[in-house]
Amino acid sequence: MSVRPALSAPDIERSLRRISHEIVEGTPETSSLVLLGIPTRGAFLAHRLAAMVSDITGESVAVGSLDVTLYRDDLARTGHRSPAPTELPSGGIDAAVVVLVDDVLFSGRTIRAALDALTALGRPRAVKLAVLVDRGHRELPIRADHVGKNLPSAPGERVSVHLEEVDGVDEVVVEL
Amino acid sequence: MKHLLSAQDLSRPDALTLLDSALEFSAVADRQVPKLPTLRGVTMVNLFFEDSTRTRLSFEAAATRLSADVMTFQVHGSSVSKGESLKDTAQTVEAMGADIIVVRHFTEGAAAELAHSGWVRARIINAGDGMGQHPTQALLDAATLRSHHYEQPRGKDLAGLHIVIVGDIAHSRVARSNVALLSTLGANITLVAPADFLPPEIGTWPVTVMTNLDDAIGLGPDAIMMLRVQKERMDSSRLLGLEEYIRDFRLTSERANALPDNSIVLHPGPLNREVEIASEVADSTRSVILDQVRNGVSVRMAALYEVWGDHS
Repeated sequence: MSVRPALSAPDIERSLRRISHEIVEGTPETSSLVLLGIPTRGAFLAHRLAAMVSDITGESVAVGSLDVTLYRDDLARTGHRSPAPTELPSGGIDAAVVVLVDDVLFSGRTIRAALDALTALGRPRAVKLAVLVDRGHRELPIRADHVGKNLPSAPGERVSVHLEEVDGVDEVVVEL
Repeated sequence: MKHLLSAQDLSRPDALTLLDSALEFSAVADRQVPKLPTLRGVTMVNLFFEDSTRTRLSFEAAATRLSADVMTFQVHGSSVSKGESLKDTAQTVEAMGADIIVVRHFTEGAAAELAHSGWVRARIINAGDGMGQHPTQALLDAATLRSHHYEQPRGKDLAGLHIVIVGDIAHSRVARSNVALLSTLGANITLVAPADFLPPEIGTWPVTVMTNLDDAIGLGPDAIMMLRVQKERMDSSRLLGLEEYIRDFRLTSERANALPDNSIVLHPGPLNREVEIASEVADSTRSVILDQVRNGVSVRMAALYEVWGDHS
């Protein structure tokens, strides 16, 4: 197996910084923003982005996690995954601008599941998508509003995001 | 786990996976839309050879919240006497589309037989087999104990907790299942019963046995579980009549008051008020009986999800 580095820790930091500026630009009223990360790594990225948005605006930003395991369409094919916690900010998501945050955008099926999960939790005014890496190969008509890095990849390759919080290191690697 | 047949089959990691999933499923109940699409297109059949409105309803609620389709096949005494066998009935419901069969049967081992005989391909969940097992009952009890002991129960077992189980242990699949699961999760278990309510093989169980309820309460357990008295079993052949049993083994207010302040009272239901438990105790703040009912739906959602998701 060959491992090719794609993003370094400073690259990741810069990408998230830029995304946080884009988020503020898109939704200047910070109070209506809710950042929802998709576990595992998307949830950590959402918390990082929330801290960065707060740095820019000087206001705290609602942040939480949204587990999509139970909304996936591949349970009958890929088998069991244990659900991770969904933690919504106390204000909920009704009328909010929800920014979904994930580490890698690939087929788009995870985001499809996330959109379904959201409808069970409330009715946001708008839903946007921020991803650290877009590796292409979409299977559904879904695109991200904020992308840290476009990383063209072959379908058989594996793009892995490693984060300090779970993996002890910040990096993105492509494995074949 | 393709089938859930016995609490004895559950390793500590298996049990924690189910309990942790159940936590997430219980959060669904509080949502605007308390329903998940997870088992859409999957058909669960309740195949009940023995009456049990509560367990059946609980499985129905669990399946419905997961968007599964539900059918119920209640086999009454008359059909059994007509000679409708477990095999024929199971094959009939599978032919009608059953993917998961939840079976309750008066014969110990019926669910395991259904799972291993090759009669059907459906996943099997044991909802009670004679004096054998009732694994989802043990799971809901474990979930209730865990949630009361820990503010953040995820990933935690029951190590160090002392649980007292009182009643007709010998005939109780609830007791058997709980002894297996709670001990796997690290709890210390004390069984309290008159001598002729203990099974002959009790010496091999990982428990302490006592015959005096007040002595057991004096140990200051974290929880006490009162089993339902099967009045029809309190026949004249017993050494102890119903009146003596009530005198010595009912959880009265006085006995409940002797428990540590944070001890909780469990009961699998349905209650025989004023038989094994005083009404006042059943309705007191110690009683977690309705939490058990709520957790029953969540652990059954977890069980359905688990067996359906296993493609090994």
